[in-house]
Amino acid sequence: MAETRLLFRNVDEPDLASIRTYRRLGGYEAIRKAFKEMEPEEVLNELEASGLRGRGGAGFSMGKKASFLPRGDMDKFLCCNADESEPGAFKDRELMQKNPHQLIEGIAIAARAAGANRCFIFIRGEYDLQGDILDRAVEEAYEAGFLGLDVLGTGEQVELVVHRGAGAYICGEETALLDSLEGKRGNPRLKPPFPAVQGLYGGPTLINNVETLCNVPHVVASGADWFKSFGTEQSPGTKVVSVSGDVRKPGNYEVELGIPVRKIINGLAGGTVGRRKIKGFFPGGSSAPVLTGDEGLDLPFSFEAMAEAGSMLGSGSIIVFDERTNVVELALRTARFYHHESCGKCTPCREGTNWTVKMLERMIRGEATPIDLETTAAVQTNIIGNCLCVLGDSMAMPVGSMIQKFRDEFDEALEKGVPMAVAA
Amino acid sequence: MTPLLPKRERPWQTDPGHIHDVPEPPPMPDEQEKVGTELPAHEVEVLRVAGEARPPHGDPAGVPEPSEVKVPRALAQEIRRAIKRYPQKRSAAIPALWAVQRRYGWCSPEGIVEAAAVMGVTPGYLQSVASYYDLFQLEPQGEHRIHVCTNISCWLRGGDGILDDFVEAAGVEASGHSSADGKLFVRGFECLGACDIAPMASIDERYYGPLEDGDAVAAIEQLRAGTEVLPGKRLEDRGAAGGKRAPADKRLTKHPLNKPKRPRPKRASDGAGRSARTAAAKSKRTSRPKGGR
Repeated sequence: MAETRLLFRNVDEPDLASIRTYRRLGGYEAIRKAFKEMEPEEVLNELEASGLRGRGGAGFSMGKKASFLPRGDMDKFLCCNADESEPGAFKDRELMQKNPHQLIEGIAIAARAAGANRCFIFIRGEYDLQGDILDRAVEEAYEAGFLGLDVLGTGEQVELVVHRGAGAYICGEETALLDSLEGKRGNPRLKPPFPAVQGLYGGPTLINNVETLCNVPHVVASGADWFKSFGTEQSPGTKVVSVSGDVRKPGNYEVELGIPVRKIINGLAGGTVGRRKIKGFFPGGSSAPVLTGDEGLDLPFSFEAMAEAGSMLGSGSIIVFDERTNVVELALRTARFYHHESCGKCTPCREGTNWTVKMLERMIRGEATPIDLETTAAVQTNIIGNCLCVLGDSMAMPVGSMIQKFRDEFDEALEKGVPMAVAA
Repeated sequence: MTPLLPKRERPWQTDPGHIHDVPEPPPMPDEQEKVGTELPAHEVEVLRVAGEARPPHGDPAGVPEPSEVKVPRALAQEIRRAIKRYPQKRSAAIPALWAVQRRYGWCSPEGIVEAAAVMGVTPGYLQSVASYYDLFQLEPQGEHRIHVCTNISCWLRGGDGILDDFVEAAGVEASGHSSADGKLFVRGFECLGACDIAPMASIDERYYGPLEDGDAVAAIEQLRAGTEVLPGKRLEDRGAAGGKRAPADKRLTKHPLNKPKRPRPKRASDGAGRSARTAAAKSKRTSRPKGGR
């Protein structure tokens, strides 16, 4: 099974990041169609009919999300969530770095569909190179008239600003992103009101992931029916899958949703280093519950199949760990990340991540008592659903699933610790 | 003890006059002072010592007067430009702090006051924002910033070892410290979003990977010498992981965006077509490094 390159078409064309090359290869045709030949309603209907689902993690229908924005003449905002900070995810980085104009075109069209006039790309501060590339691309798009007060002479206003974050995973959560963009500390807000009603600066706001918006020009250019010919019925389109960990060829691969996981890991990514047995993998970034190699490899890679298997597609980032990996240590790495990134607003997450790390460290040092394992498992179930955002859940789900699926390793750690672990 | 009544029938819900046996309220602050004086002398001494270690209290600084703060012109202009891009000036907090950090190497208190003066906000507000985000340094740091990823994917491929190598090669005390000469700053970092080149590091905001033994030493030497860092390991030189071209899909060839040479009425079509052909020929000739595999 090969890749299906829709977003990644011409990905290695030299100088694709410049507007000249992008236009030569057919770019900025969809925006012309959307602004000159279609009404905003039509664009919105096309997006809704295409069944395009959000690629950031939740998998919510993009067209539906855009349709939640109220109609009217007020300032409306569109935020492109490029704060990709989840361990294992690096698809947005490649999309922005290689083809920034595709994203800009998608943003402009989505802004037309939602009636938004002020757009922001919230890019994580670590992506400095990609931020520079976007800055230049936005400037080029302004000069060419695809952005600005008068897009393509239609009188529509679409302003786009590249906003760089400064290193906080939580800002990928949509309401935290809005707070951060307003110049505050990036703490998640209570929902409702949802951002579609009251978001950035209190105005209606549409927030979409980079990959979602990159799909938009293709949907508009070729139509919803064409788009639906890719992927499965419930998950149409392609998905950029970031494969990393113990595989021979880690990287981004664009596949149709619904292809078997085995073909991604063993086929595209070249299998594990040294043909070792796959112990397990995260199917959707570090916040997805892990699947063991035996149960997960033959599943189709789609939103619905992963949900059925008790995990999630999330951002579509597969992290493979082979048989050498100690799962207790892996759990500690995972938990440490969320402990570090927890903003501290909600107690279950702040305390739960903290104590999970402490208990796992005790297990690795061999100082834990059997009750620690029970408590760790109980902490995970008590975090889920009890916080303003899902950061705590994102630790609780994988760590909980590791305890459930690799119980024997945790029991072993209770008895003698993990002597080989580097740092505890 | 009276049995517990149903909630709505509890008398004190409607008539607080029923409460007779409440404990004494906690002493008010001034009374507390009196309580404190009755403590044994050595305990009072301890309290006083703890109090001295704390920073002085008082009202937080207000919005600085622009006329009283000397702000470098370039910094002020950069911050004003940032403010203009947003509907509300507070949104420029992060760009302003970036400007301060670029200028002074860290978010120094003086720099924060300067930014606050330009933005018309209190320094405390900017300080609160700066302290939230990982990339803002509230202490002076080395000139070259080396962030080594230690998260899951990099850890699986030996990221911890790379961090140790950098710490050793740079001669810093531990992760999160700068070298004695103020040139280098090494820090283990959470996921930097480049798991495909694991184990990797971000050196002066540019990504390098996959790193091997010896790369840390080489990178430090190149940084100290001021030459190009790890030329073969730069992220921007890598092609797509799946190779140059995926086999053509019938549906994709029908995609209008994939027909680049359509004659357009407005433009001279032969010119566009020719440049497309030469570029395509060029792309066939150019071979890009595929990275470390």
